[in-house]
Amino acid sequence: MESRNLTCIGCPMGCLMTVEMENGEVVSVTGNTCKRGDDYARKEVTHPTRIVTSSVYVTGGTIPMVSVKTAHDIPKEKIMDIMASIEHVTVAAPVKIGDVIVANAADTGVDIIATKDIAAV
Amino acid sequence: MSSYDIVIIGGGPAGLAAAASAKREGVDSILILERDTQLGGILNQCIHNGFGLHTFKEELTGPEYAQRFIDQVEELKIEYKLNTMVMDITPDKQITAMNRTDGLFHIQAKAIVLAMGCRERSRGALNIPGYRPAGIYSAGTAQRLVNIEGFMPGREVVILGSGDIGLIMARRMTLEGAKVKVVAELMPYSGGLKRNIVQCLDDFGIPLKLSHTVVDIKGKERLEGITLAAVDDKGKPIPGTEEEYTCDTLLLSCGLIPENEISRSIGVDMEPVTSGPIVNESLETSVEGVFACGNVLHVHDLVDFVSEEAAAAGRNAAAYVKAGGTLGEKSKEIPIQAVDGVRYTVPKKLHVNRMAEEQIVRFRVGAVYKNCYISAYLNDERIIHRKRQIMAPGEMEEIKLKKEQLTGFDGLENITVKIEEA
Amino acid sequence: MYDVVIIGAGVTGSASARELSRYKLNICVVDKEEDVCAGTSKANSAIVHSGIDCTPGTLMAELNVKGNEMMEPLSKELDFSFKRNGSLILCFSEDDRPNLEALFAHAEKNGVPGCRILEKEELHQMEPNISDEAIAAIYCPTGGIVCPFGLNIAMAENAYTNGVEFRFNTAVRKITKTEKGWLLSTNNGDILTKVVVNAAGVNADIFHNMVSKDKIHITPRRGEYCLLDKTTGGLVSNTIFQLPGKYGKGILVTPTVHGNTLIGPTADDHDDRDATNTTAQGLAHVISAATKSVPTVPVRQVITSFSGNRAHEDHHEFIIKELEDAPFFVDAAGIESPGLTSSPAIGVKVAGIVADLLKPEKNPDFNGTRKGVLDPKSLSEEEYAKLISEKPEYGNIICRCEMITEGEIMDAINRPLGAKSLDGVKRRTRAGMGRCQAGFCSPRTMEIISRELGISQLEITKNGGRSNMVVGYSKKSIEEA
Repeated sequence: MESRNLTCIGCPMGCLMTVEMENGEVVSVTGNTCKRGDDYARKEVTHPTRIVTSSVYVTGGTIPMVSVKTAHDIPKEKIMDIMASIEHVTVAAPVKIGDVIVANAADTGVDIIATKDIAAV
Repeated sequence: MSSYDIVIIGGGPAGLAAAASAKREGVDSILILERDTQLGGILNQCIHNGFGLHTFKEELTGPEYAQRFIDQVEELKIEYKLNTMVMDITPDKQITAMNRTDGLFHIQAKAIVLAMGCRERSRGALNIPGYRPAGIYSAGTAQRLVNIEGFMPGREVVILGSGDIGLIMARRMTLEGAKVKVVAELMPYSGGLKRNIVQCLDDFGIPLKLSHTVVDIKGKERLEGITLAAVDDKGKPIPGTEEEYTCDTLLLSCGLIPENEISRSIGVDMEPVTSGPIVNESLETSVEGVFACGNVLHVHDLVDFVSEEAAAAGRNAAAYVKAGGTLGEKSKEIPIQAVDGVRYTVPKKLHVNRMAEEQIVRFRVGAVYKNCYISAYLNDERIIHRKRQIMAPGEMEEIKLKKEQLTGFDGLENITVKIEEA
Repeated sequence: MYDVVIIGAGVTGSASARELSRYKLNICVVDKEEDVCAGTSKANSAIVHSGIDCTPGTLMAELNVKGNEMMEPLSKELDFSFKRNGSLILCFSEDDRPNLEALFAHAEKNGVPGCRILEKEELHQMEPNISDEAIAAIYCPTGGIVCPFGLNIAMAENAYTNGVEFRFNTAVRKITKTEKGWLLSTNNGDILTKVVVNAAGVNADIFHNMVSKDKIHITPRRGEYCLLDKTTGGLVSNTIFQLPGKYGKGILVTPTVHGNTLIGPTADDHDDRDATNTTAQGLAHVISAATKSVPTVPVRQVITSFSGNRAHEDHHEFIIKELEDAPFFVDAAGIESPGLTSSPAIGVKVAGIVADLLKPEKNPDFNGTRKGVLDPKSLSEEEYAKLISEKPEYGNIICRCEMITEGEIMDAINRPLGAKSLDGVKRRTRAGMGRCQAGFCSPRTMEIISRELGISQLEITKNGGRSNMVVGYSKKSIEEA
């Protein structure tokens, strides 16, 4: 039996949880106060995911960078691949929240979308 | 001189929410004064996600969260002026402000909502000895440079202070290609949210050194390195524990200070613990008709609570204006005492007749408490005794006082909020 | 070929340059830093001393009192901040009273006007916040406070507009006597001149010793300070000294001309001329000693700390003369406190020595007045409104702590000998000098410098050299664009 300690990130409570595992299968989750903790713990020990946020160069806008995020969470090990996928990207203003900046970023099946409106000047 | 019913100082999350709620209460003449080039305040540079879980039941980034409120302000056709600095406010609510197009101008307000936010504690205020080279930034300044301007402040980074902005910047700098060597925290616990420690430090293998501080800064032009040392339980560096780190950047995330220079010019009474104004149940300061909300009142952990608090301030300002410049009769003023681990409360006093059916009292604790109770007393009678698994200074706590319970209590003299052991 | 090259663009060099610009001379000031006022002149007590504590009969005493007299009219001619706030030297015990009286006797010998001894009651009436332990004090009504940046920059700018050339980022490596004159080898090429004025502050002994057999020795004497928020203004109205000890005037508590409170300095001899770092012990000492004079000094209101090196010559005396074994080489060395106060008088003395050597004609075009960076806060509301309508940048606040506008920052950059760095802007306008210590305004000031000077933000420095504020872009796409 293998056990892993995790801090739940579902809410500011930050419950300290213990996950018991056997042969890569979750046997039990303890320390959580709600269902979200249980879900998070199971996912975190099997296939952890993250939302990635950054900003991308924008031309002709009121400010030089537009903030972006992955539209959904992506596998944690792909974080740096997502960053690489926007390294050379330039977009032209105007940009609206939700605009797709990079489709299917790093072959994750997840788009990178704008999180800020930038007006053109 | 122009005049408005309500003037809101600051167009960040607090000011926007206050404006929208005042307008919905039926006050039309509202003006927001914002010093930056856009509405949204500091959220514009907080491009990470995690905002709005309480308010919108989804995870938004800072700019997205701000846009939801900007949209409300636009839809409600609330007037605002950008690039406008408020220079002075008199106790009779005459505002002096300035911008490029209007020059220096005056506005008479019936009610004012203070929503100026806060600033970061600087290196100077921390009194860190050493040289004063380039490359020492407050975490928020670095955040603006990276996220909005697209500049890298440096490549090899040490972060002092594990407040949320510091943790967030550890991840941002790492993602943008910098090497974050360590995050040091003076206190024996982190001032940031748990999930930020997990997702910003643990994910990238960045060590967090609790009970450590920077004791020397090297580099005559650009920063070349710092010395870290462990501190004792009084926060004093322990000789012999010094470790050298080479780095070209030191980011400071060592606390936020409400920006109350204007509040002082109005003459409102201040609370030394929060560095914010003292307010009553209506979030009204000691100057009638002047309200405060958001980080200018006390530093919050989550923006959701800022919005909630600001909406209440906006409602109360609207009620004040609609009643012709009063919040109505005052019953006896009841002080709320913060003792035994509770550092302060907002509000600090209340008039029972004016309180909401359910009055939120927010506070922070002074240390980490495990398996303790939050208790509230009316005089000597305990009315709230709520168990909390963990409480930390980095996170805001709240209790709700029921008006019913307070009105039904004979001879109420004071309310006490405290932490009690199990 | 210059007539005069002045090494050092601090107060001494700048005062000398301005006085020499009254003559038809080809003058150049060289400095290893990127701006004027980058050494000891920028990090000191900012005090215009009365001159009471100088040893009677010394050049220091003479020039201190003269400089003090000159400061007020000069502040009007050159438009810098100066205030005659008075100073008090506190005595904490009856045992020390003989020392107080001995010091008081200097007043007459040094020609310091208006001094008198205050007894406890009057003293505490004058300064209610000083320690109850203070039993008496010497009151010197001619003591004052000055903006050291303002003084230095004003003198340099005025010299510049009167034809003096300034070469920055120019470090003198070697000085040799040639048939044509003095040859200065620098990192920016050779410079030939008839006369050298050595106004190199803590480095003055290096240049002196290059040309003279009669060696001098300067010890960098570190002074650490803490600057307090403007909310502490009014804590004291006079500059509060303690009876001096071995290492100078001790820890003072003083208002600044801009309404802050300044406490310091320590006095710590060391051997690194460039070491302007503060130390934990030093800062702790500043605070504890300041508390002795003013127990209620609100130490939580410290907004920054800094240190400067006094150029302490072994004999603790100004050396202002042509060197006997190096003709046409003029020292202005050993300029430690009261160097800032004395600087206008030092300038006159240096110019006199050089004029005797070169016998130059007067410069008929000399204009001794200069206007500083316009402070819109000094205008009436009508004038301010008019200014903004003509130049909207004066309606745009950049530094919110000190309320400094874009207009003032543009003025600081575009004026003669204008600012090129963030510190240059700060010293000329106070942008970034307030309680947030440039947290909010530095990105915006960088934008303005970049725009006005037409340089990339990557080139912008805090104070020249390799002190770049940012090291690159966050994305390759920005570089590619």
